[in-house]
Amino acid sequence: MKGAAQEDAGNPPSLPEHVSVNPLKMSAPLGGALFFLGLDRSLPVFHGSQGCTSFALVLLGRHFKESIPLQTTAMNEVTTILGGGENISAAILKILEKGTPGVIGLCSTGLTETKGEDIAGEIALFRKKHPEHAGVPVIAVSTPDFRGSHEDGFREAMVRTIEELATAAPKPVSGQINVLAGSHLTVADIDALRELLESFGLDPIILPDLSRSLDGIVPDSFEPVSMGGTTLSEISRMGSSEHTIVLGESLRAAGEALLKKCGVPFVVVSRLMGLAAFDRFLVTLRHLSGRDYPRPLVRERNRLSDAMLDSHFYLGGLRAALALEPDLLYDMGHFLEENGAEVVASVTTTASPLNARMAGAKAEIGDLGLFERRAGERGAAILVTHSHGRQAASRLGIPLVRTGFPVFDRLGAPHRLSIGYRGAREMLFRIANTVWSRDAENTPQTWYPSDFAKAGGQESGREAASGFASAGNGLRPQPTGRIE
Amino acid sequence: MIGQKILEVFSEAACEHNQAKSDKDRKKGCTKVATPGAAAGGCAFDGAKIALQPIVDAVHLVHGPIACEGNSWDNRSALSSGSRLYRTAFTTDMSEMDIVYGGEKHLFKAIRQIRERYNPPAIFLYQTCVPAIIGDDIESVAKAASEKFGLPVIPVNAPGFAGGKNLGNKLAGEALLDYVIGTEEPESTTSTDLNIIGEYNLSGELWQVKPLLERLGVRVSACISGDARYREVASSHRARAAMLVCSKAMINVARKMEERYGIPWFEGSFYGISDMSASLRNIARLLVERGAPADLIERTELLIATLEKEAWAAIEPFRQGLSGKRALLITGGVKSWSVVSALMEAGLVVVGTSVKKSTEKDRERIAELMGEDAHMIDTMTPREMYRMLRDAEADILMAGGRSQFVALKAKVPFLDVNQERRFAYAGYKGMVTMVSEIHRTITNPIFRTLRDPAPWDPGCRITPLV
Repeated sequence: MKGAAQEDAGNPPSLPEHVSVNPLKMSAPLGGALFFLGLDRSLPVFHGSQGCTSFALVLLGRHFKESIPLQTTAMNEVTTILGGGENISAAILKILEKGTPGVIGLCSTGLTETKGEDIAGEIALFRKKHPEHAGVPVIAVSTPDFRGSHEDGFREAMVRTIEELATAAPKPVSGQINVLAGSHLTVADIDALRELLESFGLDPIILPDLSRSLDGIVPDSFEPVSMGGTTLSEISRMGSSEHTIVLGESLRAAGEALLKKCGVPFVVVSRLMGLAAFDRFLVTLRHLSGRDYPRPLVRERNRLSDAMLDSHFYLGGLRAALALEPDLLYDMGHFLEENGAEVVASVTTTASPLNARMAGAKAEIGDLGLFERRAGERGAAILVTHSHGRQAASRLGIPLVRTGFPVFDRLGAPHRLSIGYRGAREMLFRIANTVWSRDAENTPQTWYPSDFAKAGGQESGREAASGFASAGNGLRPQPTGRIE
Repeated sequence: MIGQKILEVFSEAACEHNQAKSDKDRKKGCTKVATPGAAAGGCAFDGAKIALQPIVDAVHLVHGPIACEGNSWDNRSALSSGSRLYRTAFTTDMSEMDIVYGGEKHLFKAIRQIRERYNPPAIFLYQTCVPAIIGDDIESVAKAASEKFGLPVIPVNAPGFAGGKNLGNKLAGEALLDYVIGTEEPESTTSTDLNIIGEYNLSGELWQVKPLLERLGVRVSACISGDARYREVASSHRARAAMLVCSKAMINVARKMEERYGIPWFEGSFYGISDMSASLRNIARLLVERGAPADLIERTELLIATLEKEAWAAIEPFRQGLSGKRALLITGGVKSWSVVSALMEAGLVVVGTSVKKSTEKDRERIAELMGEDAHMIDTMTPREMYRMLRDAEADILMAGGRSQFVALKAKVPFLDVNQERRFAYAGYKGMVTMVSEIHRTITNPIFRTLRDPAPWDPGCRITPLV
């Protein structure tokens, strides 16, 4: 699979990859859990061994710096062989005994999918046996670990949730609009989107809404469920919206599901970062809302223009290597290109129609090992990926801009805005400052190092010629050997 | 006393600018009085500090209230290959009490403290407006401190109100001539010892040149003052020849060193490929005349041939992208024509260049290069510059940092070619960097993006997503 993906034009053919070195990708159930965490009073449950849940829980916790409600059906050797139906109903009963979740999201895992568990059937059985719990929806999602990435699992959970919970309405509610928010959007991004849509006079229902659940709330009491997010009634009302805005190509199937079930038309928006892309989004919103542009946008756009001018000294010609999930890679890559940077390597996690349309060379599906090689081969001066890229950054001696999921070694990743005029400005400053902080001071050896190597030896024009390869413009990497 | 010095430096006999003047004009000196309400540029103190601070192992102590040093320190990119002491800011930070009772004692104590804590080879002591007005005699303090502590304390008497930055450069030169040069003897001398005067090693530009001189066996005995050590400057009177860079700043130093120590000099530039080569040739010629081995000339020609070829080859890949692009070059004096020639070689069209600090000869050379209708600009107001850029009469502005925002607000590419610049542009490699930097900024797509109408502007053609 991986070997085939690398035979793309523009990338040198390489041997099939038999080992994944420093994975970029995370599993589909983790994406499913992330989706469910954006629903109000929800509890994601993995149908698998306890380790499946534990790893995902720890990683989500490290990123969000929150306690993550996530449960497991705790499959063991015996139940795996004999069938896990009992474990599913035992887990649900236990959960309902301990608390009162509004919704349970049951994600399968590699273990139970390999065994061939029929989780939808098990849920149907449970419903029959326990009619007293009919009020708590249980959404079963097929997310085998061996298929796709966390972006895929996130979509699967969204599609299933829409199929289960959205209800068709005879007549759309004027001004009500659905937003299917991609897994790459942060708490800050979602807040900004809601404000923006409201300023156009629209009434948005955002699915999922991490800005109300994983935004750092400090509650009065502890509950083992998500505390905030899209409510069940909102999801049900999505069928009565006038329109659906799908943020991220990966969620197209979710838009289609809503169209199919409730007849709500949708538009897919795959770019929200940068001036031109956001211009187009605003034109779209004006078209959908019939309202004029809110005044504050004029000033925000001006400020972004100025930020582009101020930061172009650092971003112009900057050789960037990116490793992100397809939706974010697409937006980020084109954003960098808009600002004069050159995307010299794109590595991504999963198949997407966007992969052929990425900025720079066609994206390769691979790991951070491939990413590190490509960045080195192509003389990248900056890396853009999640926190696991720090080892590559250290070995290559180039700085890392932490983006996407997970960012576990810095605070505040969920509160970083990157969409819209304001987000673009913040991102530009961040990247420019990262580059600036590595602006090395010139030394007597900068331009004619060979003269110093020979310690005042013979003059040689030939050796000097090779020094011209880099025009000494400071854009080349300088190894530091430290972990960023 | 300072009045006399000012007259002296402005009646500079060796200055072409001065020679071209009538007797009457010459007497008036170069003291262009800054226009209230329309002045830009630094004061004499600024100029003096700029000229001397690159002496990296010395302490530079500013006697004045906080504005003079507090608002200006660490604002230039003169680099050091060793000591960082020159970048440590020292000021007496005069208070009201100092103004009332006089600041001399405060100053003396400051010197003592510096001596105790840093033990530098020398202290440069800068006069500023306030202590000058209240009559603090920094010359006497310097003398007393020198004797008491057995360390050179050099008074630099260039208070801001004396005049502009250029005057300050010259007064700094006078301080070197009066108190530093010739006060120590070098450990050894060679037949190829060269002084470079008026080069400040901004962004490391000296290091784009010095290794080439070393390849030729030329020893830089002192650079005044880029990456200099106090001792080198103090013993620079034993050099065989000197090159004066950026002539208008330190011409008095070159001329007086010739008078006093018989060191011949020439004026040259490291900016632009042809100028760089001409400078190397002149250095070789002067040194051979003073007894250096005759084959130096031949070796210099060989080196020039190699390096020029390399430089042009390195510029070649940028030619296509730059061909026909119009540059507006607003920078000082001698730099203009030689940079103009290099830019033209890179395919650019120079639509205008400033000649404010250029001599008649410079102007002739520019006219020769750019043709009869060359747009030579004496002064240009920011408003005029903005208009020219907005009306798309130029594709790039190359100027000092002060003009940066004029260009950027007009959404036109800009390249900083003055002192705050991020990159080094001297010598062969520097010129290649300059061309590659022009290429980098001129090809940046943001300028096109930014000129597109906003969604709410008339003429916006963006269609909604469907």
